[in-house]
Amino acid sequence: MFGPEQGHFALALACVLALIQFVVPLWGAHKRNARLVAMAPFLAVSQLLALAISFFSLVMCAVHDDFSVQNVAANSAASKPLLYKITGVWGNHEGSVLLWTLILGVCGAAVSAFGRNLPDILRGRVLAILGGVSAGFQLFCLLTSDPFDRVFPAPMDGQGMNPLLQDPGLAFHPPILYTGYVGFAVPFAFAVAALLEGRVDAAWGRWVRPWAVAAWCFLTCGIALGSWWSYYVLGWGGYWFWDPVENASLIPWLTGTALVHSAIVVEKREGLKIWTVLLAIATFSFSLSGTFLVRSGILNSVHAFANDPARGVFILALLALVIGGSLALFAWRAPSLTSGGLFSPVSREGSLVLNNILLCSICAVVVTGTMYPPFMQLLAGRTISVGKPFFDAATIPLTIPLLLAMGIGTALPWKRAQLARTFSHLFVAAIIAAIGLMLCFWKFSGALPIACGALAIWVMAASVTDILRRVGLGHSSMSDMLARARNLPRSSWGAALAHIGAGITVLGLCGMSGAQHAIVEIHVGETRSLAGDDWTLLNVHDYAGPNYRAMQADIAIRHNGKLITTLHPEKRDFTTQNQTTTEVAIHTNFITDLYGVVGDRHGTGADATYVLRLHRNPLAPWMWLGGLVMAIGGAFSLSDRRLRVGAPKRAAARNMVQA
Amino acid sequence: MTRKTRRLWIVIACLACISSAAALTLRAFSSNIVFFMAPSQVKAHPPAPDRTIRLGGMVMAGSLHRITENGAPVNSFNVTDGQAAVEVHYTGILPDLFREGQSVVALGTVQKDGGFTASEVLAKHDETYMPKEVAEELKRTGKWDPRFGKAPDAASWDTMTAKKAGG
Repeated sequence: MFGPEQGHFALALACVLALIQFVVPLWGAHKRNARLVAMAPFLAVSQLLALAISFFSLVMCAVHDDFSVQNVAANSAASKPLLYKITGVWGNHEGSVLLWTLILGVCGAAVSAFGRNLPDILRGRVLAILGGVSAGFQLFCLLTSDPFDRVFPAPMDGQGMNPLLQDPGLAFHPPILYTGYVGFAVPFAFAVAALLEGRVDAAWGRWVRPWAVAAWCFLTCGIALGSWWSYYVLGWGGYWFWDPVENASLIPWLTGTALVHSAIVVEKREGLKIWTVLLAIATFSFSLSGTFLVRSGILNSVHAFANDPARGVFILALLALVIGGSLALFAWRAPSLTSGGLFSPVSREGSLVLNNILLCSICAVVVTGTMYPPFMQLLAGRTISVGKPFFDAATIPLTIPLLLAMGIGTALPWKRAQLARTFSHLFVAAIIAAIGLMLCFWKFSGALPIACGALAIWVMAASVTDILRRVGLGHSSMSDMLARARNLPRSSWGAALAHIGAGITVLGLCGMSGAQHAIVEIHVGETRSLAGDDWTLLNVHDYAGPNYRAMQADIAIRHNGKLITTLHPEKRDFTTQNQTTTEVAIHTNFITDLYGVVGDRHGTGADATYVLRLHRNPLAPWMWLGGLVMAIGGAFSLSDRRLRVGAPKRAAARNMVQA
Repeated sequence: MTRKTRRLWIVIACLACISSAAALTLRAFSSNIVFFMAPSQVKAHPPAPDRTIRLGGMVMAGSLHRITENGAPVNSFNVTDGQAAVEVHYTGILPDLFREGQSVVALGTVQKDGGFTASEVLAKHDETYMPKEVAEELKRTGKWDPRFGKAPDAASWDTMTAKKAGG
């Protein structure tokens, strides 16, 4: 039932369905034929079904160790644990493209299911655009990277998976990150549909924002998870390498964050319409380019385990078609969109505009830093690279005003703000930030970490005091306050949470700038001290795992003679692939991470010495915790009644149809 | 506040942000760009001692040795491009994929004595992957043509260099 041929057929079927989904509703919308337009949801759901069968078939091939399938033979092995047989399906190029199209199929079906209140024509057009993108990627999958290719003769065992990827963190990282990338296809489709329609209004903003927020949540989680993975798997003690692959996920996150904010202005004030449409197009374009950067060999990168330039040409053509086509449509139709309400520079709208400009400036810097080296290579033939020093020097000075504005923005009213009143609202937050500055002077070293740390506290304090002011702290009774808190829109709580999350992440980054480490070579029983803690190597022993051999060290950490913890870092040797990996041991109390790595053994017997790397990483867990809080804030805002996809105002929808 | 003045404000804010972003980018570029160099280039034109470069090539077979200095392990190995070799010193744990006779990229500075102090060593990610810069450099110097098969291992390059020197 679920063999490779069935999977291949289902993929081809999905591709045909996607093509029909692209053509028929667009034609129907053009001819005002309601029946053709109404086919779109049905097509989207059937396409998802076909894709699900196809993907499930590939999973079954991997689970049943069908090594006659090239993709399974190259990336799996009989001895691999079941979890990694399943997750290994998307740990390689072909499988990850299939996963990508599957998620796009899920997005299409979700628009069909949750978008019942959308005007039929708009929904038909949105689904058609999603179908078109879907068809492009499925063709790419079928023509250049078929996951169901057979190999003859079938090998007895597979080549196994890169052991670095055999990790629960990485197993679930791609699906979450891809959901974020692909999720921005929905705002993109809404933007293109609005351009085709020649109309953007508050209702459009209300419809598009939940999709953008949902995609943003997944992308935030995906980036945080990826960063966490490189922290605890690669064993370098770092969390972000400004590697092109990482930047490829950060760039759409920056524009996506701008989009989530500018869509608020469209929804509330009918302003920034053209800009929001452009951001929606840009965010998805960057997501697509992100895949392109990862999947083709154009950018040299430490992550490049699946590069193949031949596929690049197809993807490049697909990118040119999608990005070029949508930008051309934008240039043609955008001038017909009218701009909305007036506002003064010092107002909520003004602060959101500032947020957008700053986010896009940071994005431009990151794009430049990522793209400059390959272009220099291409044009001048000089091999150069830019790394952390460049990005730190160029992005942090732009982040400082962004953080400053984040605190002020939420306190400003729409349309026009009175400065004196705003300042009185922010007075408490400013005092807390001033106390925070003293704390930062005490805890952090260096001007930038101190400034950023104080600003992070400022952002968090401003968010909390804003919520407290709105529930009426100080001039209402307790029950009154609770009632007000209940009535406060969930999106306000969500925004406050997301801003607090951003503050937590920034504090974590500031803390990590003071990380300390030592590399030592010691005998068993010896002790070394690092930043007040004594690290003792107690014992080292060897053992055999399911598909590897390991050397495990026991390291006791004492502070003033009191035992804090015993770490068990490992070095694993995977015989199938002739590869070794490092298993980091981390002890965390959520304030400081103690991070131990065991390296090589030199000498034998009692005289053997071991190389150890010891790290003390202050506030490290906060970086990812903040990402999680941001995503929770986004999810909370999604649950807002007014934003709920199924409950836009009927009246608005009716107006749209009549217009 | 009219539409015109609002637009003016937005344009001013945009210009201010974009020009400061451009200024920051240029300033950061001028001091933080890292050039890639092959060992023969380092020998021919040694960069300034404070300039960080990326040195790439093959680890010469049999050249890796370790000493312990103040309780910290120091690895020394020679990196070659078939024409010249540079001795690299690196304090720390070499990456899991580091092997003699395979390609490597080291980030660091060239010392006055011609040695190279690395702050970071990157080894290739799997058996088939060679850092692009290293492959390019090999092709440029004519030591390897991908049309004629796999890259030679570093041991055979040593003999190539020796032959050239001897003959």
